[in-house]
Amino acid sequence: MLIPCPFCGHRDQAEFAYGGPARALPELDGQDGTHAWRTALYSGYNPRGPVTELWFHANGCESWIQITRDTVTHRITRSCLANPREREP
Amino acid sequence: MAYSAFRIFRESLTGNRGWKPVWREPEPRPDYDIIIVGGGGHGLSTAYYLARNHGITRVAVLEKGWLGSGNVGRNTTIIRSNYMLPGNQPFYELSLKLWEGLEQDFNFNAMVSQRGVLNLYHSDPQRDAFVRRGNAMKLSGADPVLLDEAGVRKLCPFLDFDNARFPIRGGLWQPRGGTVRHDAVAWGYARGADRRGVDIIQNCEVTGFLIDSGVCKGVETARGPIRAKSVAVAVAGSSSRVMAKAGIRLPIESHVLQAFVSEGLKPVLPGVITFGAGHFYVSQSDKGGLVFGGDIDGYNSYAQRGNLPAVEDVCEGGMAIMPMIGRARLLRMWGGLVDMSMDGSAFIDRTEIDGLFFNGGWCYGGFKATPASGFCFAHLLATGESHPVARQMRLDRFRRGKLIDEKGQGAQPNLH
Repeated sequence: MLIPCPFCGHRDQAEFAYGGPARALPELDGQDGTHAWRTALYSGYNPRGPVTELWFHANGCESWIQITRDTVTHRITRSCLANPREREP
Repeated sequence: MAYSAFRIFRESLTGNRGWKPVWREPEPRPDYDIIIVGGGGHGLSTAYYLARNHGITRVAVLEKGWLGSGNVGRNTTIIRSNYMLPGNQPFYELSLKLWEGLEQDFNFNAMVSQRGVLNLYHSDPQRDAFVRRGNAMKLSGADPVLLDEAGVRKLCPFLDFDNARFPIRGGLWQPRGGTVRHDAVAWGYARGADRRGVDIIQNCEVTGFLIDSGVCKGVETARGPIRAKSVAVAVAGSSSRVMAKAGIRLPIESHVLQAFVSEGLKPVLPGVITFGAGHFYVSQSDKGGLVFGGDIDGYNSYAQRGNLPAVEDVCEGGMAIMPMIGRARLLRMWGGLVDMSMDGSAFIDRTEIDGLFFNGGWCYGGFKATPASGFCFAHLLATGESHPVARQMRLDRFRRGKLIDEKGQGAQPNLH
């Protein structure tokens, strides 16, 4: 599987470390702390089909990137840096 | 009719015309006491032990494909009980005890071969960790033997003991571990359950659950609705998708695990051998092929095929301890879907919906658990209470903070 890194181009999957499906974490001072955090940390986000997920280009540019990959075909349809502030306008 | 040496002799004299299909192919009835979703190892053993231990035979096993078409037919066939934590080890020891009596119990040759499992260690701290694990195993009545380098040399003289990076210092040996003919496990349980009156219905995919006011009253299937007092789901690999039909989100991610078989070789391995400094395990089948595997691919996947980095990693592990296998050619390789749970341990539990029960999250180690999983799941279904050795395998353990984190990796399914 080749992963398109926005900085380095298509690179072998072996250069990357998996960061899991991208999940929105609750507010640190949110009201429903326990339940929201338990769901965020322990409930698997496990769709069959496209999933947005994080990879770390460990043996490359050391960027965290966010891609949309189909979990059945491994087709990658979108790739960008994970940190929105680092993305180009 | 029971299988025996006498039977083979009699059939040979009568032209082998007396052999009958091993199980029936009944039409589904409109209602049952218990419906088991999933005709793999765990579902079939659950049906078998429901009938055998609890006398409950108004049971249907619904399978979307053919019997044993999932992970029970595509694993590396190893059985062992070398876990450590109290939530796991007594359960796996019960499983190993059931394996030992299994063939006599269900009257089917599953080729249970207790050829031993050897976990290698490569450093002093790792030896200390194995001593601790061995002691934990003893608490449950298992049979660990700590071997030093001389002991391992006697058992497996062909290993690369003086490897520059990972010299082999010894191993933790479990003589009662071994391998089993995996397909025969599914067939034996299916036959045993069928003979006691359980309906095994193949090509019958469950498409939804009949849920009324928070109570599960049956399932929708490709062959129409079937009602039941209890519905038990054991569909490893597809757990998230099936339980999502009941609106339940599980602490599970689906990953792919690859396995490999080499060309047939003369007998060389005495038992199962695992590498202690990477992830590689190998045994030799009765046909001579080396059966081996290693880590999961490490990313969420529903593709029943893996990628090359995992292949490379497995082969590096193999070459590190057994350079001689470098000349063996690979015959075939495949990938299967595994339920990776958040703490690396399984679930046998009721759900928030009354009458709906769940068995899954076996990660890449479900095969060895097959007998105890069915035994304990049947106990839960029949009595309404968890079996003592499966009491910690609960779905709500994350809420209660009672994780069974055998590897200490935290909530990262790809690292277990």
